[in-house]
Amino acid sequence: MLANFLSVESLFYLAGLVAVIASFKVVTGKNTVHALLYLVVSLLAVAVCFYLMGAPFAAGLEVIVYAGAILVLFVFAVMMFGLTTDETKYAPQSKGLSFWVGPIILAMTLLAELLWVIDNAQLQQQLTANVVSAKQVGMLLYGPYLLAVEIASFLLLAGLLAGYHYAKPESRGTHL
Amino acid sequence: MSTTLLAALPFYPLVSFLLLIILGKRLSWQQASWLSVGAMALSALSSGVLVYQLSQSDVHVLTVQLWSWFSLKGSTGIADVNFAFYLDALSSVMICVVTGIGFLIHLFAAIYMKNDENFSRFMAYMNLFIVAMLILVLADNLVLLYLGWEGVGLCSFLLIGFWYQEKDNVLAARKAFIVTRIGDTAMAIGLFMLFKSLGQLNIVDVTQAAQVSWQVGNNDAYWIALLLLGGAVGKSAQLPLQTWLPDAMAGPTPVSALIHAATMVTAGVYLIARMHGVFLLAPEVMQYVAWIGASTLLLAGAAALVQTDIKRVLAYSTMSQIGYMMLALGAGAWSAGVFHLMTHAFFKALLFLTAGSVILALHHQQNLFKMGGLLKKLPVESTLFIIGLICLMALPGTSGFFSKEAIIAELWSSPTAGAGLWWCAIVGALLTSIYSCRLFFLAFLGKQRFDTQLHIEKSKLLRMSLLILAALSLLGGLISLDLQAVFTDMSAPVNKVNEPYWLHTVAIITPFIGITFSWFYFARYRITSNAEIKASQSMLSQFLRSGLGFDALYQWLLIKPYCFIARLNRRDIVDQMIMLNAWYVRLWHDTLSTSQNGSLRWYAAAFGLAIVCLVGVVTL
Amino acid sequence: MTEIPLEHVLFLSCILFSIGFVGVISRKNTLFMLMSLEVMLNAVGVAFIGAGSAWRQADGQVMFILILTLAAAEVAVGLALFIRMQRRYRSLDIDELNEMRG
Repeated sequence: MLANFLSVESLFYLAGLVAVIASFKVVTGKNTVHALLYLVVSLLAVAVCFYLMGAPFAAGLEVIVYAGAILVLFVFAVMMFGLTTDETKYAPQSKGLSFWVGPIILAMTLLAELLWVIDNAQLQQQLTANVVSAKQVGMLLYGPYLLAVEIASFLLLAGLLAGYHYAKPESRGTHL
Repeated sequence: MSTTLLAALPFYPLVSFLLLIILGKRLSWQQASWLSVGAMALSALSSGVLVYQLSQSDVHVLTVQLWSWFSLKGSTGIADVNFAFYLDALSSVMICVVTGIGFLIHLFAAIYMKNDENFSRFMAYMNLFIVAMLILVLADNLVLLYLGWEGVGLCSFLLIGFWYQEKDNVLAARKAFIVTRIGDTAMAIGLFMLFKSLGQLNIVDVTQAAQVSWQVGNNDAYWIALLLLGGAVGKSAQLPLQTWLPDAMAGPTPVSALIHAATMVTAGVYLIARMHGVFLLAPEVMQYVAWIGASTLLLAGAAALVQTDIKRVLAYSTMSQIGYMMLALGAGAWSAGVFHLMTHAFFKALLFLTAGSVILALHHQQNLFKMGGLLKKLPVESTLFIIGLICLMALPGTSGFFSKEAIIAELWSSPTAGAGLWWCAIVGALLTSIYSCRLFFLAFLGKQRFDTQLHIEKSKLLRMSLLILAALSLLGGLISLDLQAVFTDMSAPVNKVNEPYWLHTVAIITPFIGITFSWFYFARYRITSNAEIKASQSMLSQFLRSGLGFDALYQWLLIKPYCFIARLNRRDIVDQMIMLNAWYVRLWHDTLSTSQNGSLRWYAAAFGLAIVCLVGVVTL
Repeated sequence: MTEIPLEHVLFLSCILFSIGFVGVISRKNTLFMLMSLEVMLNAVGVAFIGAGSAWRQADGQVMFILILTLAAAEVAVGLALFIRMQRRYRSLDIDELNEMRG
């Protein structure tokens, strides 16, 4: 009964629900850092979805690159702004731990899900049946999509240079 | 030799014009007058030589082609329009008049205008006028003729408005230009029609083609002749486009003598005489010509009776005499008309120049009622003026007598004129003698009515030019014009009408009747001891003085409505329609630029809206 | 063969996309706008991965990786611009930047 209930589909719907709720909180949030935390949760939930859809490689990338690298970038930027709260006037006062409750609950749900999947052999078998492996992705990336990869690398280079240039302290006499 | 001479004829004054206009005020009076008068003397000499050679040789026609101008593709093949001159008996008369009288008037003008600060500009325009007039009369084709035609119009405009600081002169110049332009437009349309139906523009070819392809009374011939008549009427100041000529007297007197008496205003007569081949095919138009001539003759004569300005009297007299020429042309008396053109050029130039001397002597006083008693003060000028007047009145023996009698003699029996027009001509002659006497009595007899010291010009050259003109006026009647070669070939068959025996007698004694009448009627002008005489102020006189109200009529009929429409359409309705585009664009500009509010979130929302619409279109 | 229906994946994707879009146009804070953009990109990623797994093709994942690179570059440039904006205008309010209005 429980096993039936916790099939791959239902796990996916749960993760999707978490992602939707977290995204909603990101958009409606008042505090930047809180919103960032919800964003992390949203990304993790999407990563779980990827995993359940049979794309473990994409899920890994989602966690590593998005939830890891990009979010860290956000956090650093927010730190550079030196914002304690949302800059808008109507930001509510901090109320202790209450703001952490939401993200914790959502993250715990996801954690429980993952643990359940890993622990359950039947589900594991179901999942591995229709996996698109990292090897296939790699073959494709460095085969037919080589040009796209090259372009993406240029994009990243351009992003790097632009980021460096814009974030540099404004020296006298130079403008954007 | 003679072709070279012919080709070079207009180039002497042209070179002089160019030098004068380029060097301008850098030339001294001596240099400028030597240049311009010398060029005219050369022209006059070479045209004399040309005419002599032509009369000696067997051929009656001399042509020379300077260069090809352009060719037109017409209905009957390609018509070449060349810069070519054509000299026959008719154009010989004209070049003699233009260069000969032009030379004398240039000579006079050089002294008359001596103290004007724009002397060289004046002489340059005069030379340019001679160039244009020579092109007009020598033109081998109608396009070149039209070039000269417009050229003389331009020079007339420039010279009437020579003293352009005076408002009256400028207005007169503008009026002359616009009124003659109406006639010129008609003429241009006539030329287009001519080319369309005959495919020819060369004058000789046109005449031949017209003879071949048109019957008498042909519709095309009627309209073309009528439109050409329109051009002639405008240029020659005939009814109904005569209003510009009296005002044109605002220009310097030599200009009035050269352009508005001797040469340019007779260009219309020349045009009709030149195109007689076409006119003969349209007898109705010939009648119109005759009637226009007769009515102008009478109206201008009546108006001349009451003018107070000496130059305006002469202007109306010119109109009236050109009316005679038109009458002659309309009656088919081509030679007589051209003959009168020539003699009129002599004596009218003489009258104008003498009047110019008088005006100069009186310090630019032109009002007849402020003259009087000049016979004793200015005996030479008075004598010359009398000579001019007796020619104008056509007293027996003078040049005017021969030419006017030649005209009157042909009227009675002409198929396109007749007895009615004959009587018009006689009444016109009567009027001519009356206004001439009035002019003479007012200006030269009676008591002195001015109190300024006379400024007497003692220049020999001035006197000489006047004396030559006087001699020409008196003896010009003896010049026998051999125009048979030009006009014989296609004269309409004359059915001889029995002429009453008294015709010639009446014609000869008419001027004497007029003189006798005026001797008594204007006695108070002649012998008044009272220094104050006034012009008649009756309604009739005022009506006549204003040129029979034509100016007022045109003002009321044409200018007022035109101004009214112009005022209504002040903001140009077509322009407004075009501006509607601009307004529409501006509307969109405003709309779209308010949407460009600089707010990024609005743009993002617009993106979203667009996507919603797009998806909606795709899915629904 | 348990498989998640493609429609449901796409529903999830659309819901996430809409949430992100609403965030982009309703938030004045540029940081929040950027985060909402991330949510939107993520939603697109979900659609690609879902489609890829439905047809058992790796292309979906390739696309996701490309989107990932795009997002990384975008975030880097965007954050750098916000830092500069913060310096110049002392604010992260996007409505302050309306100098290019027509």
